[in-house]
Amino acid sequence: MALRWSSYPQPSQRARWAARSGGGIPGLLKAHFNVNEILSTVMMNQIAVQGMNFLLLGPIIDPVQLERASRIPQTARISSTFSLPRLVPTRLHLGTVIAILMAVAVYILLWRTTLGYRIRAVGLNPEASRYAGINVARHVALSMALSGALAGLAGVVQVFGVNFRMFTDGSATGFTGSAGFHGIVAALFGQLHPLGTIPAAFFFGGLLVGANRLQRAVQVPAALIVTLNGLVVVFVVSTELWRQQRARRRAAEIARENEDPASVDVSPLDELEATA
Amino acid sequence: MRKITSLVVMVTLLALAVSACGAGGGDADGTFRIAVVTPSAINDLAFSQSIYEAMIKVQQAKGGADNLEFVVSENMFVVDDAGTAIRDYASQGYDLVIAHGSQYGGVLQEIAPDFPDISFAWGTTVDTFGVDNIFAYEARSEEGGYVNGVMAGALTESDIVGVVGPIETGDAKLYVDGFIAGVRAQNPSAQVNSNWIGSFSDVALASEAAQTHVSAGADVMAGTAQMVVGAIGVAKDNGVLWFGTQASQTSLAPEIVVANQIYDWSGVILEIIDLMGQGTLGGRSFEITLENEGLYMDYNDAFDLPSDVRARADETVQGIIDGTIDVLP
Amino acid sequence: MIESLLSAQVLLGILTSGIRLATPYLYAGIGETFGQRSGVLNLGVEGQMLVGAFAAFYAVQRTGNLVLGLLAAIVVGGLMGLAMAFVSVTLRAKQGISGIGFFLFGLGMSDLLFQTLLGTVQTVSGFRPVSIPLLSDIPVLGPIFFNQNLLVYTAYLLVPVADFVMNKTTLGLKIRAVGENPEAADSLGVSVARVRYITVTLGGVLSGIAGASLSIALLNVFQQNLTSGLGFIAVALVYFGGWRAWGLLAGALLFSMVNALQLWVQVLGIPIPSEFAVMMPYVLTIVALVIAVQRVRPPTALTKPFIREG
Repeated sequence: MALRWSSYPQPSQRARWAARSGGGIPGLLKAHFNVNEILSTVMMNQIAVQGMNFLLLGPIIDPVQLERASRIPQTARISSTFSLPRLVPTRLHLGTVIAILMAVAVYILLWRTTLGYRIRAVGLNPEASRYAGINVARHVALSMALSGALAGLAGVVQVFGVNFRMFTDGSATGFTGSAGFHGIVAALFGQLHPLGTIPAAFFFGGLLVGANRLQRAVQVPAALIVTLNGLVVVFVVSTELWRQQRARRRAAEIARENEDPASVDVSPLDELEATA
Repeated sequence: MRKITSLVVMVTLLALAVSACGAGGGDADGTFRIAVVTPSAINDLAFSQSIYEAMIKVQQAKGGADNLEFVVSENMFVVDDAGTAIRDYASQGYDLVIAHGSQYGGVLQEIAPDFPDISFAWGTTVDTFGVDNIFAYEARSEEGGYVNGVMAGALTESDIVGVVGPIETGDAKLYVDGFIAGVRAQNPSAQVNSNWIGSFSDVALASEAAQTHVSAGADVMAGTAQMVVGAIGVAKDNGVLWFGTQASQTSLAPEIVVANQIYDWSGVILEIIDLMGQGTLGGRSFEITLENEGLYMDYNDAFDLPSDVRARADETVQGIIDGTIDVLP
Repeated sequence: MIESLLSAQVLLGILTSGIRLATPYLYAGIGETFGQRSGVLNLGVEGQMLVGAFAAFYAVQRTGNLVLGLLAAIVVGGLMGLAMAFVSVTLRAKQGISGIGFFLFGLGMSDLLFQTLLGTVQTVSGFRPVSIPLLSDIPVLGPIFFNQNLLVYTAYLLVPVADFVMNKTTLGLKIRAVGENPEAADSLGVSVARVRYITVTLGGVLSGIAGASLSIALLNVFQQNLTSGLGFIAVALVYFGGWRAWGLLAGALLFSMVNALQLWVQVLGIPIPSEFAVMMPYVLTIVALVIAVQRVRPPTALTKPFIREG
């Protein structure tokens, strides 16, 4: 959630470090002070945006803007050596590939490493994990730091691949356009499995962009588009029940076929859900 | 998974179908087509409303919708979406695409070179990036701010004036700087307290900021950006005078609004259209000022403004126009 | 300059502003607390507030009747709450997402109706401050606490009422049981679905009233995105409050008072950059939680739809 803690027009390692600390703070607060992470991260959103506003209007402002009386809060354009290459002929940039690779990397981390196993264990049952000797506090803080690092990477990719500078649009989301927020929706749509977020993110992004397209083509008020987006999300998410029932029916059918109720074959997604 | 895939397909198909409808492109019968992208609502009584009203005037000046048609994409505060919109309109063959927001500069810089035959206009700034199909336009909002400030300085009896602003940048900063300069010039003993609430949309916070000014003794207030409706409400409740900018805010509180600085972009847009007719697609920057009447002072008739204050204001306007008053030295 | 911050005038101003600012957080937060205690997460509070705000505003604008406005907000908020309950309880949808869907719906719908039915930004005559006869004469504190408008009073009265309902009534017991251990509650004959429907619909009603408190009482105006993130802060404050009404009150007051404080900091010209002043309430809320070091857990069944086995 601390999406904006990164993205200085500097090499991205520094940005990721900044994001890691941004994500790590809520993690540490949770681990050591039991500060609820929803509270701390929602608060830190605004702290980050205002902090960024301060920096954009002060230390890192575009020198061109300083000369003008109106100080538009933005940095200088980054040089093209740092911009992410485009996947010609589309306007898709390398960031998309990076995102997909990160999703796979997170899957591997969570399901194929000991560290990932411990993180999942702590999430599922902190007390049992403590008995098993896992340092709960450390893993909570670590997972939130990783989460922050990824969010920071998202910011970096946006700046280096699309915007080519840091700025703010004056809203409570800085330059991100609620991407952090939408990321949460995408994560939930993807059943909280990293590989699921790939199609979910594309779907949600498609929804948002398609809605704007619709607005331009038919010239309906933007408000109608927002309403429609909301309705689509509600309807899609409401199909959960139908999906679960269908999965169960399929499982029952297969069991009947095998004439052995013990060997129920569950669909891959349900298996993911069970381990998620 | 299947559900998500089928939905992705559906949405993509829908978007494609819809965009295919839209991509008619080109001047059907010599109609001049303008597209406007703006970050807030066109009825926000402030920034976006000013460009919308200007477009209406321009359309009328050009003889109606048969000669000039325009479309508006409002609420494009997400810069990425605005960029897509600008690019979309450009590729659909609109003659002029107006990006009415200082935050759109970056994306415009990327897009304009891809469409050398289309003209783009960027407000509010004077930077054309040296690209020859971008026009830039800005409001010298500090001028009207100064005039408002002079009146405020003259009208305040408690010698405390309050200002409510969003984020200290761009158009808002110019206006407030001008306003404060005007108050000081007219009334050196007056104190101006300003409050930057950090948001363009938090009406509740703007309202409390105004309340704080009133509690601190202010009897005259000013502010800028769309969330000031909250501040105006407080002003109304407390009999505190208000000076508006960007659009006429008189209708919100006719008892206490003294004057507004109105933005009229139509002159700039008409000039741009003329230049385009002569083959210049960009590379020029424009300002609306009191002199070229892109900015003008709108006085609230329902408010009983003392004639000496009104005279002072008119003098100030004249002084700014003929250069004897330097608003922000 | 810091001394001027501690002057009586300023401190009184901060208290009064803080009490006013906290009102919508109280309504929305208490509604959300009920819902979350029964195990349902509602992120659509912001959307419910916006449609409630518009409904109240429109009703008052057309009829001038404040009671009608309040009723409009209650009905509209309740309907959205009912819809959320249906989607979350009967359809068992993922609550985080459905909430955000409702938020977008509420945001867009309120704006759409505003543009279609009203078109221009305007003000109405809403609830005015009402002084309580004897209490408002108390020196110093009187005018602050007892000269507010009706919806402010009701918000604060709601806190002990909510606390009483949650902890001293059968309904409250059922709500807590359903949120902690729905299977056990179900086996004892409590209708988990019915309890959740009640709490979530109630949450919608209260969010609607929260919106009305803005549009026809505190601000007397409606504009697109009037609430500007208030609903989400209210949800966050539920976590701050440890799912207790009094805890929510503490959080709402802390947040709002510090917000009022930072406004004064700027007005008095204390040389803190405006961005840091704006940050203050957010930072101090976190700091307060660190200091308080709570040992509360969320309701165990929060966000988990209840499925009747067998």
